[in-house]
Amino acid sequence: MDMLTRRKFLLASGVTGAAALAGGATVLGLHELHSAAATDPLPPGQGILVLLTLYGGNDGLNTLVPAADPAYQKARPDLAYQPHEVLDLGDGLGLNPAMTALHGLWQSGKLAVVRGVGYPQPNHSHFVSMDIWQTASPSEPGTSGWLGRWLDSQPDDQLRALRAVSLGGVLPPLLAGAKTAGSALPLGRFALPSGAPGEALKALGAVSPQDCPNAAYAARDTADLFTVSAAFGPTLGSAAAASNKGVGKVKQPAGAKVKAAGTATGALAQQLDIVASCIESSVPTRVYAVSLGGFDTHSAEKGTQSALLKQVSDAIGAFQQRIAAGSRAKDIVLVAYSEFGRRVAANANDGTDHGTAGPVFVVGESVHGGFIGEQPSLTDLDNGDLKFHTDFRSVYATVLQHVLGTDPAPVLGGSFPSLSFV
Amino acid sequence: MTDSQQDRALIGHLLRRTGFGASGAEIDAASALGYQALVDDLFAVGPDPGVVATPPPTGLADPLPGGKATPAQTKAANAQRTQAAYELIAWWIARMVAAHRPWVEKRTFFWHGHFATSVQKVRSAALMLEQNETQRTLGGGDFRTLMRAMLTDPAMMIWLDAAGSTAKAPNENLARESMELFSLGVGNYTETDVRQAALTLTGWRLDRSSGKAVFVAKAHAAGPETILGRTAAFDVDAFTDLLMAQPANARFIASRMWFRLGSSDPIPADTLNRLISAYGANHDLSALARAIFTDPVFTNDAVSTNSTASTTDAASTNNAATASSASARYALVKQPVEYVVGAMRALKVNPPADGSAPESALLRAALNGLGQLPFAPPNVGGWPSGRLWLTTAATQARITFAHWVATAGDVSQVADAAPSARIDAAAHLLGIDAFSDRTRAALADVAGDPAALVELALLSPEYAVN
Repeated sequence: MDMLTRRKFLLASGVTGAAALAGGATVLGLHELHSAAATDPLPPGQGILVLLTLYGGNDGLNTLVPAADPAYQKARPDLAYQPHEVLDLGDGLGLNPAMTALHGLWQSGKLAVVRGVGYPQPNHSHFVSMDIWQTASPSEPGTSGWLGRWLDSQPDDQLRALRAVSLGGVLPPLLAGAKTAGSALPLGRFALPSGAPGEALKALGAVSPQDCPNAAYAARDTADLFTVSAAFGPTLGSAAAASNKGVGKVKQPAGAKVKAAGTATGALAQQLDIVASCIESSVPTRVYAVSLGGFDTHSAEKGTQSALLKQVSDAIGAFQQRIAAGSRAKDIVLVAYSEFGRRVAANANDGTDHGTAGPVFVVGESVHGGFIGEQPSLTDLDNGDLKFHTDFRSVYATVLQHVLGTDPAPVLGGSFPSLSFV
Repeated sequence: MTDSQQDRALIGHLLRRTGFGASGAEIDAASALGYQALVDDLFAVGPDPGVVATPPPTGLADPLPGGKATPAQTKAANAQRTQAAYELIAWWIARMVAAHRPWVEKRTFFWHGHFATSVQKVRSAALMLEQNETQRTLGGGDFRTLMRAMLTDPAMMIWLDAAGSTAKAPNENLARESMELFSLGVGNYTETDVRQAALTLTGWRLDRSSGKAVFVAKAHAAGPETILGRTAAFDVDAFTDLLMAQPANARFIASRMWFRLGSSDPIPADTLNRLISAYGANHDLSALARAIFTDPVFTNDAVSTNSTASTTDAASTNNAATASSASARYALVKQPVEYVVGAMRALKVNPPADGSAPESALLRAALNGLGQLPFAPPNVGGWPSGRLWLTTAATQARITFAHWVATAGDVSQVADAAPSARIDAAAHLLGIDAFSDRTRAALADVAGDPAALVELALLSPEYAVN
């Protein structure tokens, strides 16, 4: 792919990237979908994947910490955690001190950690490496997302566009298939005009043979808004209400704070709250994509990263607690990954530069807790970087086969050994 | 369309790409000049009362990070910083709306997206303003000067962690992005080049009290370094020259500018060659921009037939569209800043350059909901483009903004028109070349209410395109 085209694709993977409805998602009839959850509820026992993308390159060595390894202490004099600080997982490894909720899940056997996940000839560019992870194509960035290709393989019925959704109005490339794409859900309620303006707006979403391609796309987007609002509106409304009640005050409008800018996907906890609401109301969705950015810690890493990891750990903990009370707990598997880990040695700014392999976390009631794969050596390095142990496509293959019940080979373009975490 | 309608449509196309939207009144005035004179005028220096009326904010609070601040002091300092960022954002939006010669602001916005730096990490509105002024001053000159300035720009040094990088433990962030995103593009350097380049950028510190970049020779790597096949004891100037000497540089800058101002379809090879030759050995950014606005693919009145979403198409420059079929007309989607500023310009809404005004909070919310708040790009890769702006979530934000601006704005041109002429009046007001029958039928239902009619026209698919 040429640079510009690739950038167009990659930019969609930015935290505030927008819908990558590549292949023309079906525009669903409003009446058929008025209550997809009521007419086509997801049957119990169908696996549900929640995929958490950590944008920016999370430092795996300060997440799953080899605190007892002298090479770790030596490489990061001011950045290292001491053995007594980390939350012990055994094997000389411990979780970042901020990740108490995940530590609890580990102790109850619901957390699997796949160590040293990566791919050959690692790329150190955020944009290329995230592209590689999202398209599952390590040799050269692919042109469709791996879960988009799974979506392509689903029955071409009117529910297909609802089978995979991303939270926060962002449709990451991983959900863009060759033929179809998932949907993007905003975090707040939908507020569409009513009366004559509402009718006129709906009419603006109609197909017109006089439209240029971009105008036709805009029209379809307007039509989609009515469709998605009808399917998810009730759930989003109640989730927003519950979330407001939870903090005891009405939420600030998005963008009211500069702080919120750049993370249009919103807080992770809020995204997972909506996912839980959707699952509880049995919408026919099998894949949810959620995300958190800010992991590009080239400087002053310790404080920034531990605050982010606390957010991740607390949000996952709360999500697990909520779904454990429901009837679908055993169907749900959450997987968290980042585009790369970071360099073993710290830089001059108490941060770390772009690196390679990192841990992947898998959480769920039906997950077989424990370590998978070997921890990369801190002395046998590749130009200062960790050597990967497990190909990331093995993680995908396991999820496709055991959570989504699909043959992974056509989606991944080859066979990869299944892992034992589920 | 008649010849005169086509001429008008071409003028509107140019105004939209060189500014922020184009109202019917602006198109009428510009049509009197003619296309070539209009292009010449873009690059002429002239007085701009709109710029004079919107001076940059002074005295933006930039409390020094104190070593022993109490939590209350830290909180107060953070509030000051946030407020200063609001002032900065409000000012730039007001400037974009007020400018009589918007190309300078549009060009500056392009460079802001190219060297995408966010106040969210920099946390100093004063340093963000300094970077913005540098990009405004140098953005139409030679790229070498601009690139060199950015490498030691204080906000950039914070954003990409170059401040305090030492020979002993170099920080690679700025070195990598200066090649990948700023000057050459992916595939035109190696990992070793990144690590070596990081050494050449060591030794620079930021003096927070003066806000100036300071070179500390003893923290700078002595070299020699080998970068892109050349070995020397590089400093930041020599490194800049080395980047400029790469053939990839002209290709990259020409493609990036075309991508944002021309079309997000693959660039035709002939067009690329013309742009590269305009950029030339002097890295002339105004010559490059002029070449874009006069390229046959840009001025071609055929409607762009881009059929791929600007996301996952596998086309490459090797099988780029042929010049005969390529056209930039309607090939882009209005960026949120273009959408919001353009609507305010057309409806004569002058937002206050005051970050604490309610209108400022509303505009920040609108731009954030649409995904493009100035001074806060999502990451160093900058903002998305094309159809990536069209999402259900963004449409929701457009609905809210369109209602506000049509209510607050001047719709008298529509209200004063006879009911049967109101739809055409709305098209003229917003600079829309032609409504489809679908849109005319939809708007007819609200033609009795001029504000509602303008609101819906702002939400029409025809207004979304650029």
